[in-house]
Amino acid sequence: MATEQRTLRVLIAKPGLDGHDRGAKVVARALRDAGMEVIYTGIRQTPEMIAEAALQEDVDVVGLSILSGAHLEIFPRVISELKKRSVEDVTLFCGGIIPEADIPAVKEMGFSAVFGPGTDTNDIIAFLRENATERA
Amino acid sequence: MPSELAEGVVAGNRRALARAISHVEADNAQGRELLADLYSRTGRAQTIGITGSAGAGKSTLVGALAREQRKRGRTVGIIAVDPSSPFSHGAILGDRIRMQDLTADGGVFMRSMASRGNLGGLAEMASGVVDLMDAAGFDVVLVETVGAGQDEVEVATATQSTVLVANPGGGDDVQSMKAGLMEIAQIMVVNKADLAGADTAVMQLRGLLAIAEPRAWQPPILKAIARTGEGVPELVDAIDKHQAHVRSDEHAEAERQGLVESQILSLVRAALYREALGAARAEGSIDTLVEEVVLRTRDPRSAATTLIDALRQRWMKP
Ligand SMILES: Nc1nc2c(ncn2[C@@H]2O[C@H](COP(=O)(O)OP(=O)(O)O)[C@@H](O)[C@H]2O)c(=O)[nH]1
Ligand SMILES: [Mg+2]
Repeated sequence: MATEQRTLRVLIAKPGLDGHDRGAKVVARALRDAGMEVIYTGIRQTPEMIAEAALQEDVDVVGLSILSGAHLEIFPRVISELKKRSVEDVTLFCGGIIPEADIPAVKEMGFSAVFGPGTDTNDIIAFLRENATERA
Repeated sequence: MPSELAEGVVAGNRRALARAISHVEADNAQGRELLADLYSRTGRAQTIGITGSAGAGKSTLVGALAREQRKRGRTVGIIAVDPSSPFSHGAILGDRIRMQDLTADGGVFMRSMASRGNLGGLAEMASGVVDLMDAAGFDVVLVETVGAGQDEVEVATATQSTVLVANPGGGDDVQSMKAGLMEIAQIMVVNKADLAGADTAVMQLRGLLAIAEPRAWQPPILKAIARTGEGVPELVDAIDKHQAHVRSDEHAEAERQGLVESQILSLVRAALYREALGAARAEGSIDTLVEEVVLRTRDPRSAATTLIDALRQRWMKP
């Protein structure tokens, strides 16, 4: 093991009350097939649960999928729960249904990328490989 | 001098523990140092392995066990190991889904791990993470693994008590368990006892046990419904009993030493294997040997001996 390439660990979570997680599962599978370790937590995650899982799993990346339209309300709470736990060196991205007009606000919160419906999963993979933060 | 990270782990800092686990998982220098520093702080936790085939209800049972342990006032560390894809080496780790409610509990810490397909290395990794959770002060450490290959069987050396999870209606299932798994289980539980055939499964297990080598500890066979928690208090009682056996029984001294011995040996095996593989690949020597064996100008045994000699040479170098 001379060249130690770190395996990226990614938390995929669905906050909020919307019920189905097809999109999130497609992304999870694509990331696995790209050699990443995906911690999948299922639907109806509270901000506290997401942040706590990110902490315990020591992930490099947190990806949130949301369809309910509650992103402007829920995402800041996820971020503040992460901060509360000093989990600040993770790369954040999101997907699902996020109106064009909200994207600047979501990026302002700290999300490095927003992937809408129909995104090519290869784009997500390329993005993560490029952007996941280096570790000390 | 213990590192800041080691001190954080002992102090119960969850972020420190999470990061420490990552180092042990990566098997890097920092991870090894942490384990060396922290080993003297281990030995207090009850360490329990939960194994069985995929879909047997292990994660559901681990969740139920954790809830029961919390009721008894004990803190719980959980390690859930799932196989990595042999193709991409990636993994989807979904065991948290069955334990969602535990995420909010400050007395529980759960970590998902991929087996990463490193032969023999899984047991090494798992026992390291068990030690970290032990040093972090958790009263109970639960380790979920799929009891499939040799690797998973070896994980049993990482815990003191191993619970084998079987299901009703799986005559084949129970039969196929004979190889290796029966020997390592100290407690057997037929989960999904709400389904038909639970008593038959219990009888089959009893039959298999009857022909197994007699041991100082006779594994009890229990029934449980992980989904509702039925039978789970009894399972915790049985685990407690085995723990008492492991810890205090005069009989247990030999077993305790046996466990540590097999743990050391499995670490040696993993490390040697890794080193040998590294040596074989580094010098490209294995490629030539493979060619020769394919052409039958050399036999596989002498090829192996050649590699071992090369490894020896490497070690001789200052
Ligand atoms: N009928 C029944 N189903 C169960 C029970 N425990 C778990 N299951 C189900 O078995 C499936 C696999 O469970 P899981 O805990 O993920 O199994 P694992 O792969 O061994 O970790 C899930 O659909 C569970 O809901 C039980 O006691 N009774
Ligand atoms: Mg499981």
